[in-house]
Amino acid sequence: MADFDQELDASGLNCPLPILRAKKTLAGMSSGQILHIIATDPGSVKDFDAFSKQTGNELLESKEEGGKFHFMIKKA
Amino acid sequence: MEDKKLAIIATKGSLDWAYPPFILASTAAALGYETQIFFTFYGLQLLKKKLHLEVTPLGNPGMPMPMGMDKWFPVLGLALPGMQGMMTTMMKQKMKKKGVASIEELRELCIEAEVKLIACQMTVDLFDMDQSEFIGGIEYAGAAAFFEFAGESDICLYV
Repeated sequence: MADFDQELDASGLNCPLPILRAKKTLAGMSSGQILHIIATDPGSVKDFDAFSKQTGNELLESKEEGGKFHFMIKKA
Repeated sequence: MEDKKLAIIATKGSLDWAYPPFILASTAAALGYETQIFFTFYGLQLLKKKLHLEVTPLGNPGMPMPMGMDKWFPVLGLALPGMQGMMTTMMKQKMKKKGVASIEELRELCIEAEVKLIACQMTVDLFDMDQSEFIGGIEYAGAAAFFEFAGESDICLYV
C-alpha cells in the first residue's frame, strides 16, 4: 500500500455517507495530499470512481482487500 | 468551470420518501453542484424542527415486509392501529443496522454543504403552518422563484 497523508475509515457506512465523509476530509487537506479511504459498501467502488471523475480529485488506487474496499485519492 | 446546478422538488412527507431528495442533494453538493430543494405540500414535513416521519405499508405493495408478511398477511390488517408505528420503528432499526444515515443527519449535511432549502409559501399558508415550526436558514418562496433557479439547472428532479 502506497503512502498516504490521511486515513478515513468509512466501514459500516452506507451510501452516500462514505462519499460525504471523504469530501469533508479532503476539504481539510491540501492540494497533492493523499487520502486513504476504507469502506465496506460495495456501491462505493463505482461511487468513488464517479466522485473522482466529477471533482477532479484523482483516484490513484481502488482495490478490495480482506472484504473491505480501499481507495487512494489525491486531492486536486 | 461554472458549477453545475441541481434543482429538486420534494413533495412527499414520509420517512422513505424523505431519503431521495436529501441523499441526492447532499451528494450533488459534495460533487460541486449548486443545489436547491423546493419543498411543497407534504414535503414541508421534511423541514420541521422536530421530524415525525413514518413509513406506511398501506397502498405500498412494493414494500418488503418482515417474515414475508407481504405474501400472506391480509392487506386490511395493515390498517390496524399501531401498525404504521411498528413498521416505522422496524425500518429505522434496519437502516441503523445497515449504516444508512438518518434523515436528520442527511438534512444537516445538506445545510452544511450550503444546499438551499426553500419552503413553498402557498402550502405553508394552506396548511396553516407557522414559520416557527421550521428549521432556521430556509427561504420561503413560490413557483416563479423555483423556475428562476430550475431554468438554469443541469438536472431537475421531482420527488
